[in-house]
Amino acid sequence: MSEIEQGYYVPDSSPYPALLAGGMFVLALGFALQINGEPVGRWFMIAAAALIGFVLFGWFGSVIAENQAGRFLQWEDRSFRWGMAWFIGSEVMFFAAFFGTLFYLRNISVPELGETQLVWPGYRGTWPTSGPAGQPFTPMAAWGIPALNTLILLSSAVSVTWAHWGLLKQRRAQLVGGLALTIALGCLFLGFQAYEYHHAYTELGLNLGAGVYGATFFMLTGFHGLHVTIGAIGLAAVLGRAIKGHFTPENHFGFEGIAWYWHFVDVVWLMLFVFVYWL
Amino acid sequence: MEIQTMTTAELALHGSHHAPPKGLMRWLTTTNHKDIGTMYLVFSLVMFFIGGIMILLVRAELFQPGMQIMRPELFNQLIGVHALVMIFMALMPAATGFANWMIPLMIGAPDMALPRLNNWSFWLLPPAAALLLMPFALALFGVGSGAIATGWTFYAPLSVQDGMGLDFAILAIHLLGVSSVMGSINIIVTIFNLRAPGMTFMKLPLFAWGWLITAFMLVAAIPVLAGAVTMLLTDRHFGTHFFNAGGGGDPILFQHLFWFFGHPEVYIVLFPVWGMTPHILSAFARKPVYGYRAQVYAFWVIGVLSVAVWGHHIMTSGMSTGALLYFMYSTMSISLPLSVLFFCWIATLWRGAMTFEAPMLFALGMIVLFGIGGLTGLVLADAAADAQYHHSYFVVAHFHYTLFAGGIMGIMAGVYFWLPKMTGHMIDETLAKWHFWLTAVAFNVTFLPQFFLGLAGMPRRIPDYALQFTEFNMVSSIGAFILGAAQLLFLTVVVKCIRGGPPAPAKVWDGAEGLEWTVPSPPPHHTFQTRPVVGQ
Repeated sequence: MSEIEQGYYVPDSSPYPALLAGGMFVLALGFALQINGEPVGRWFMIAAAALIGFVLFGWFGSVIAENQAGRFLQWEDRSFRWGMAWFIGSEVMFFAAFFGTLFYLRNISVPELGETQLVWPGYRGTWPTSGPAGQPFTPMAAWGIPALNTLILLSSAVSVTWAHWGLLKQRRAQLVGGLALTIALGCLFLGFQAYEYHHAYTELGLNLGAGVYGATFFMLTGFHGLHVTIGAIGLAAVLGRAIKGHFTPENHFGFEGIAWYWHFVDVVWLMLFVFVYWL
Repeated sequence: MEIQTMTTAELALHGSHHAPPKGLMRWLTTTNHKDIGTMYLVFSLVMFFIGGIMILLVRAELFQPGMQIMRPELFNQLIGVHALVMIFMALMPAATGFANWMIPLMIGAPDMALPRLNNWSFWLLPPAAALLLMPFALALFGVGSGAIATGWTFYAPLSVQDGMGLDFAILAIHLLGVSSVMGSINIIVTIFNLRAPGMTFMKLPLFAWGWLITAFMLVAAIPVLAGAVTMLLTDRHFGTHFFNAGGGGDPILFQHLFWFFGHPEVYIVLFPVWGMTPHILSAFARKPVYGYRAQVYAFWVIGVLSVAVWGHHIMTSGMSTGALLYFMYSTMSISLPLSVLFFCWIATLWRGAMTFEAPMLFALGMIVLFGIGGLTGLVLADAAADAQYHHSYFVVAHFHYTLFAGGIMGIMAGVYFWLPKMTGHMIDETLAKWHFWLTAVAFNVTFLPQFFLGLAGMPRRIPDYALQFTEFNMVSSIGAFILGAAQLLFLTVVVKCIRGGPPAPAKVWDGAEGLEWTVPSPPPHHTFQTRPVVGQ
């Protein structure tokens, strides 16, 4: 009957949300203990990571199973879409905090530090800087690996769209190939970024402690890299589902949600390339 | 036949769902908006008392000059944790609890749009509370030096130097932030997608409107706070220099980031109350809500302005004259849409056939006392005057008139208004009226003297003070203890109403309008599985 046809699908009780909250509690507790010199925190964090991984498999698994059982029609689909859109909106604001920090430091506080010669005589207040008491370092050049990485991420945006066309036209090979290519490009990007970090730490004297340049550089690119990692994992899950034949031209929010996320991460990178590396 | 003895609601339940688990597992695993709303409200009540006991210890210490009952370190911890508990764990969860309970009933939705996410949002709160409070206990075992000791604003550089309690607070903030953002997304999606046919946006009950704008503000502001405390964490433990001038950073940057979140937070706490106020006024004045459209537009204007006025919290930290003027005028301009709300509330009452049951008393008390909070806010918004009042007890009095009188008394109006709907029992009106009068009087005894203390120059966040401030501090402390004791009456009324009392009809109050009054009291576990249609 018909609850499915006329009513909104309200899922049964589920153990996963509370388990996830519990896992996050143990993770936070372990982390707080660890950074305060209590090595027991490490074991808390490992246990929590295992629990969170289990929950993610279980929770997403049950949602996928419900979808395959035909529980989600247009009405429910719209909830997922709005939900994902607003989640990405909150992520935009998270990055905005760090970009705002970069602009504030570059345009307001560092120049003012240079103007007030009383405390730090001789400090020029120009960007890039590791501050008046900072260490010497070489800033990251834009037109080497970063430019290549821009090209890689832009290509991955094309390949994920190409995969979407394959889905809409029911060409599974194109869908699977496009997704695999996107994931490969994402991994390539992360590989280059890892190489770049290594280069920065070992040869450029550029690390987290390299004043505000180092702090904004690593925090912005680091959180971006984390999002690429999450996106690549999501795309891998979607690739698995595509191989199993889960998606139809009418019902493929799982694919679209992660594709939106991937495009969002792409746009963040463009901003990073312009404001962190280039200008 | 067993099946014939089942009610329709149970039949519907049986047809599509497994039997829900019993006992603790029911609450841990529930996806039901009423269960989750109840958990939010109970959690909020518990944290309200925990935060209250903390501040009574503080007021006991402040009863006389000199140090009597605690070390200054503990005093510093108690004031900051009191604020974090009251704002993030009492006020916000109470508002979210009502959102969970009432929004689906008001808009004719079968539940919240994302029920499992809803449960996750709630269950992140007890871990956050545990993280925030745990350092008190850890210190007893010789681990760390107690909870966060910087006040709730954790300004750098003090917060960069504080002990491990600050790390616990940062991680608690992260959990609370995830909870708030997920809860907000759920509310936005529910209102966008699950309204009954015919429930257009301009027929949306004002409580839902207030919450919708609240949710927008949360999605915009909370991630910025998350970013700010993350930078604080890396400054503390991973060698970054965001807030350290030696590395080119700036401690004032933290204040900007914090208040970009912190000012919208004020409206985040108050909008749900401003949303429920017209429902209550209209019910007890037996008149339709005056100026519905004007109130919706006022919500929008305040919501948009809220992210553009944060500088008035840090006017004395140093900023250009242009910035001072901008923040002064933009802050003062908020009083225009706010006056629209006040005007509409009063016009709703105008020539109404008013009766003064407990919810109405609390709503009226909220309007009058929050009005004082708003007007003193105008004084503080003046950049020249603020140079005098900043960081004084005037500020403490001001924000308690907004957050206690505007926030908590408003929430209490909502509790008395909707509790009969939730439990199916009427409240003990006599006790509730006692609760109101004791609260209203004791509140003023507590906080009115603090205006004078601030004007006379007493700084806030100080465990000891000059002799000249003694009398007003004594009065304030006596008021605080009466205020605290009066809340035991609140607890009594709530517990009595849950356990029994005269049965409440579907339409608990004669003058109340809206879909939520068409379902029985208490409503069945699942409501509106077939969608109601909203006509003219």
